[in-house]
Amino acid sequence: MKNLHTLSVQGALTALQRRQVSSLELTQAYLERIQRLEANLHAFITPTPDLALSQAQAADDKRVCLRKSGQPYPPLLGLPLAVKDVLCVQGVRTTCGSKILENFTPPFHATCVRRLLDAGVVVLGKTNTDEFAMGSSTENSAYGVTHNPWDLERVPGGSSGGSAAAVAAQLAPAALGTDTGGSVRQPASFCGVTGIKPTYGRVSRYGLIAYGSSLDSVGVLAHSAQDAEIILRLMAGFDELDATSHDEPLGTPGCSQIKDVRGLRIGVPQEYFIEGIQPEVEDRVRRAIQVFADMGAEIVEISLPHTSYALPVYYLIAPAEASANLARYDGVRFGLRAESHDLNQMFCQTRGRGFGAEVKRRIMLGTYALSAGYYDAYYGQAQKVRTLIKQDFDRVFQQVDAVAAPVAPSTAFKIGGHTDDPLAMYLEDVFSLPANLAGVPGLAFPVGFDDQHLPVGMQLMGKPFSESLLFRLAHAFQQATDWHLQRPPLD
Amino acid sequence: MTLTLKEVEHIALLARLDLTAEEKQRYQQQLSAILDHIAALQQLDTSQIEATSSVLPPRSRLRADVAHQGLTTRQALQNAPMTEADQFRVPPVLDQD
Repeated sequence: MKNLHTLSVQGALTALQRRQVSSLELTQAYLERIQRLEANLHAFITPTPDLALSQAQAADDKRVCLRKSGQPYPPLLGLPLAVKDVLCVQGVRTTCGSKILENFTPPFHATCVRRLLDAGVVVLGKTNTDEFAMGSSTENSAYGVTHNPWDLERVPGGSSGGSAAAVAAQLAPAALGTDTGGSVRQPASFCGVTGIKPTYGRVSRYGLIAYGSSLDSVGVLAHSAQDAEIILRLMAGFDELDATSHDEPLGTPGCSQIKDVRGLRIGVPQEYFIEGIQPEVEDRVRRAIQVFADMGAEIVEISLPHTSYALPVYYLIAPAEASANLARYDGVRFGLRAESHDLNQMFCQTRGRGFGAEVKRRIMLGTYALSAGYYDAYYGQAQKVRTLIKQDFDRVFQQVDAVAAPVAPSTAFKIGGHTDDPLAMYLEDVFSLPANLAGVPGLAFPVGFDDQHLPVGMQLMGKPFSESLLFRLAHAFQQATDWHLQRPPLD
Repeated sequence: MTLTLKEVEHIALLARLDLTAEEKQRYQQQLSAILDHIAALQQLDTSQIEATSSVLPPRSRLRADVAHQGLTTRQALQNAPMTEADQFRVPPVLDQD
């Protein structure tokens, strides 16, 4: 077979199963491509070629063995995959994009990683991320910025920018990402790929290095809804090691259902089409909504009145949780230590030296919001307004099956475009934050290009645990259009 | 809303963050600007609203009280900057004299 890197997840699995290609051949094809294109893209912090080759060989051996004994193959046997560097892979350095974890090698797998390894995946490497997943551009990584495959002078989005760029550039057929405020959907949108942020609790957070624990979700980036759904289903479900994980049934795979969306109701929230949004983004998203209408879906104008409060609520709750979660980086049990004869000084210097500017900023903000005298006015008030945002969604989902909106107000911006203005950077997240605050699933997928040929993404948000329906809608769209089949001009 | 330099230093102490003079000044400006933006939340009357700490209703789930193999001592210590006698080693907590 030729051009192995162009295979979809579904296509690769079929080719592996029919023994038209071995896992070793497929893995080698990706490793060669990584070697060739990484200098321009920098999608990975730590590529793992040796591990990948040994896992691929083991997968091929296993296939021979199982075939002889007539046993079924694990569903993803031999499929290469990239993993965001905030998810623990036992024995592989996991940095979170931070100097403070430069030499951290986890002694355990994240549950999602373990489940996918059990299903047979091959790990190509750990992808770049904003430090501790805090950022919208991957510029906050201590290991250098990732470049957008559609325009190397632009950011890939963030924080799962390495995963999005790796998939867009076909350095991996799919990649794991995490989404606390849009970190799967926004880079998916900037890089023209499909990304699912599942319902909070759908995937175990065990082994996901914590940022904002009431918001963090593990998701998948791939070239289509079908590919993302295959992988999500194999890592979902209750895990004893995460008390917030859920066993809610996944239902019939959405992408296997009849490509018929007639009778489904899609809500279009007026608050997501506001002044300041890039005109081409609004235009492409509205055209995509028209595609759904043409396929027979009913389009309903709706309102999510508290949308504008999502940004201030998020930038209190996430930093507050982060300030508590990141207290563990004190130089005692793992990570960097600044030597000192005084314990307290050791803590302060380790953290002062090990964390980058954005992480410090959020720790400061969170510490302030939780400090005596300010707790009720800031954190307490933010949690109450979070209730109002969630009630907006509860109300709307009595009326519609899914909500359609842009993922971000604009397409990928230039590297360095927002570096000196944190608030301008935070505004990039304005349309992606509400889904995290409400805990609902969001599926981002490409719906066209702007005038500079940069990808535009749309998201569908649904009721908690309605991933299957979102996949069904996006799959129907991807059967009717070919935006998801466009590739950046890299070769 | 403007944070004073003293407030910034107090927060940094609470967060155990050693900041340079330049960082303190920058965070003073940036945090003040962010807090101004966040002040929009104070406009909402939430006196009748419950706080959301978790989006899904909390459930407690019992499991059998069975021992599991956890990390070995060696695994638990493998990333530590300094160890001694199978323990984490840190600078003295109390003054030695």
